[in-house]
Amino acid sequence: MPRVAVIRFPGSNCDADTLRSCAAVGADAEYVWHREESIGNADVVMIPGGFAFGDHLRAGAIARFSPIMRAVIEHGRAGGPILGICNGFQVLCEAGLLPGALVRNQNLAFISRPLYVRVESTDNPFTNQYTRGDEFLVPVAHGEGRFVSSQEVMDRLEGEDRIVLRYSRENPNGSLNAVAGIANEERNIVGMMPHPERAADPLLGETRGRIVFESFMKTAGAV
Amino acid sequence: MPRFHVEIKVMPRAALLDPQGKAVEHALTELEFAGISGMRVGRAIKFELDSADKSSAENKAKAMCDKLLANPVTEDYSIATEEV
Repeated sequence: MPRVAVIRFPGSNCDADTLRSCAAVGADAEYVWHREESIGNADVVMIPGGFAFGDHLRAGAIARFSPIMRAVIEHGRAGGPILGICNGFQVLCEAGLLPGALVRNQNLAFISRPLYVRVESTDNPFTNQYTRGDEFLVPVAHGEGRFVSSQEVMDRLEGEDRIVLRYSRENPNGSLNAVAGIANEERNIVGMMPHPERAADPLLGETRGRIVFESFMKTAGAV
Repeated sequence: MPRFHVEIKVMPRAALLDPQGKAVEHALTELEFAGISGMRVGRAIKFELDSADKSSAENKAKAMCDKLLANPVTEDYSIATEEV
């Protein structure tokens, strides 16, 4: 059974939903407090959404210096799967594990509603059970979700098929190329602004976010 | 060891849309302050630093900006130091 470490920072608030979504697909998921120095024997790392350290300075800027991040970075450099959701995506960018940055939404509003995204790439541990081009409704909840990068970085992301999710019917926050999620060069690390863990239970309506969790189970050979 | 006042200004990179600057500019225009353009909103960081001399204080401040205080993807910074 794949083991998942769900990292908790002071201010994480999507940790329980993320843990529950991992458990729902049969993973053995545990919380790991940010002061820990090891992720134990986890196969997959998830950095959940929230407002780690109150988003002080910049979202994710302080969290990246927590002791656990050394182990997370080591796991990622060794090819281990890492998913950053929302604030987790911001942390991964600040930590240099993903390129670019997430800045204030173009309209300055905190956007909290379901939006359509399109799966642009399936060659990674977190969207491999989707079909390229799949569109699904998934909640977003962020004030700083506008993805920006240099043109050179964006050309590489597009050219190397590393845009994982794109806002499909509207670009809510002004993200460059309507980017909602990207992968690193080696494709083991993915960041996304939408919250698949909020679209993974029939009680909440949409369930196609669950496929994110089914995907890493497939990668781990558990299904 | 001499002590320096350090003042760092971190600004959104010029090429990047600064919606906060635009919103503040709009609000000031609504308040009938005429003729404003190009407003951008950044962050000022002030502290004191013990360092051997002015150039070492500036080098330390620069390292702080590169490692934490500014995001190299989206922000530019400037540093002013003055011996106390």
